[in-house]
Amino acid sequence: MQSKLSRRIYLIPYAIWIALFVVTPIILVVYYSFYDLDGNFSLENYRQFFTAVYLKMTLSSFWYAFLITAISLLVAYPTAYFLVRTKHSQLWLLLIIVPSWVNLLLKAYAFIGIFGKYGAANHFLEAIGIGTKQILFTDFSFIFVSVYIFIPFMILPIFNALSELNPSLLDAANDLGASRWTTFRRVIFPLTIDGVKTGCQIVFIPALSLFMLTRLIAGNRVITLGTAIEQHFLVTQDWGMGSTIAVFLIIIMFLIMALTGNRKRGV
Amino acid sequence: MDKRTTPIAKIFLIAVFLILYVPIFFLIYYSFNSGGTMSHFKGFTLDWYRQLFGDTRMFIIVLNTLVIALLSSLSATVIGVFGALAIYSYKRRAKNTLLSFNNVLIVSPDVIIGASFLILFTMAGIQLGFMSVLLSHIAFSIPIVVLLVLPKLNEMRPSLIDAARDLGASNWHVLSKVVLPFISPGILAGFFMALTYSLDDFAVTFFVTGNGFTTLSVEIYSLARRGISLHINALSAVLFLFTIVLVIVYYFISRRSSMKTMGVRK
Repeated sequence: MQSKLSRRIYLIPYAIWIALFVVTPIILVVYYSFYDLDGNFSLENYRQFFTAVYLKMTLSSFWYAFLITAISLLVAYPTAYFLVRTKHSQLWLLLIIVPSWVNLLLKAYAFIGIFGKYGAANHFLEAIGIGTKQILFTDFSFIFVSVYIFIPFMILPIFNALSELNPSLLDAANDLGASRWTTFRRVIFPLTIDGVKTGCQIVFIPALSLFMLTRLIAGNRVITLGTAIEQHFLVTQDWGMGSTIAVFLIIIMFLIMALTGNRKRGV
Repeated sequence: MDKRTTPIAKIFLIAVFLILYVPIFFLIYYSFNSGGTMSHFKGFTLDWYRQLFGDTRMFIIVLNTLVIALLSSLSATVIGVFGALAIYSYKRRAKNTLLSFNNVLIVSPDVIIGASFLILFTMAGIQLGFMSVLLSHIAFSIPIVVLLVLPKLNEMRPSLIDAARDLGASNWHVLSKVVLPFISPGILAGFFMALTYSLDDFAVTFFVTGNGFTTLSVEIYSLARRGISLHINALSAVLFLFTIVLVIVYYFISRRSSMKTMGVRK
C-alpha cells in the first residue's frame, strides 16, 4: 500500500530517537556500573550491592512499594467499582484525574502544611482529644502521600476494565443463583484482573523509585532505590554505584513487566 | 446489574473525592492568609499574589517552563506521528519490536531516565541547561504521542487510502488530505499529553538541569525544602487555574476536531 520510500522517511527520525534515547542510555548505565570511583574497571560495585547495607535497603524499598501498591489497590478498586455505576461516570472519572495533573511537587508541599507540627491534621487530633503527634517525617506520612499521588493512576485502568465488562454476564451469574459476593469473586474480579495488573504495574515501579517524597515527606528516614540512585548521582558523584543500583532497578522493572504482562483473553 | 448507587457507595466516593481535593484547596485557601503560615488563618490578603507577580526571577522560570513545554511537545508530536506511521506500515514482527522499544521509556522510572540521560549528555559533551532539558523532554514525550496516535491509525479503514490512490492522489496528498485529518484527534491528544508530561516533570529535569537553568517543578522543590512560604501557595492557585483552563480548552478543541473528522468520514 505505502511505498517503501515514504515508510523509510517516516522511520528515520523515530529510529534516531530509539537509538539515541532508548538504547544508548541503557548501554551507558550498564557500562558505568562496571567502573569504580577512580574510573577503573571493576566488579566492586556489584560486590558492594550484595552487602547487607544495600540488600536491606532494597528489601525495605520493596516493602514500601508493596504497601503503597496494596493500599492504593484497596482504595482504588471499590472507587472504580462504584464510579462505573454512577450516572455521569465519565465526568466523575475526569474529576478523579484532574488532581493528577496538579504538579506533584505542589501536592507534596500541601502535605508539608497539613501534616506539619501546627498543621491541620494536628489541629484535628487536638480537637478529638488525642493531642499533637509527630506526623510529618514518619512512615505513615510517606505511605499516605504516596498513595494519595498514585490513586488516580490505579483507578483509571481498573475503571476501564470494569466499564468493558459485559453486563449480561452479571445477569447470567445472577440468574444462575450466584450471590453478589460470588459474582464478584468468580466473575467480576477475574474479568478485570488485567486492569488490576496494569494498575499495579503503573504504581509499583514508580513507588520503588520515589526520591522526592522521601526527602520532603519522609525526611530522609525512608531510603528507596530511587533515593539511593539520586544520592549517588547528584550528591556523592559516585556514578558507578548509582548505575549499579539502576541496573538492578531495570532488571526488576523487566521482571515485573513479564510477571504482570497482559495476556489477552476472550469475552 | 444493580445500577443504583447505594448509600455506602456514595459515602465512599465522597470520601475519596474529599481526600483528593482537600489538599489542593487547602493550599489555595492559605494563599490568601496574611499570617504567613499554613496553620492559622489570620486575615485575608492578596499580598502573596502581588509578591508572586512582582517576582522577575519566578517570571523567568515560568517562561522557561512554558517554552520547554511547548517546544518539546511540538517536536515530540512531529516525531511521534512519524513513528506511529512507521510502526503502522510494518508487519507483525517488526511492529512488535518497535512497540517494545517505544514502551521502554514509558515504563522506566523517572530516576532511571534522569540518571541515564545525565550520563548521555555528559558523555556527548552537551552542556547541562536549556538544551539538555529540552532534549530529554522531547525524548520522554515521544512514546506517549505514538501510543495515542497508533489506535487512530488502526481505526482507519485501508479502503480510504485505496480510494484516494484510485482517484490519483500522490503520497503527499494521501498523507495530508486523508491520513492526517483522520488521525488528528489522536495527534491532538498526544500533543496535550506531551504538554502535561513536560509541565509536570520533576525527576528527569532535576537530573539533567545544570546550575543556571531552572523549571517550575525544580524551583518548587528547592523552595519547599526550605519550608513553608505562602508564595508557593499563590503559585499553586495560579497553576491550578491554568490546569483547569487547559482541560477546558482541550475538551472544546477535541470536540470540534472530532466533529470535523466525522465530516471526512462521511
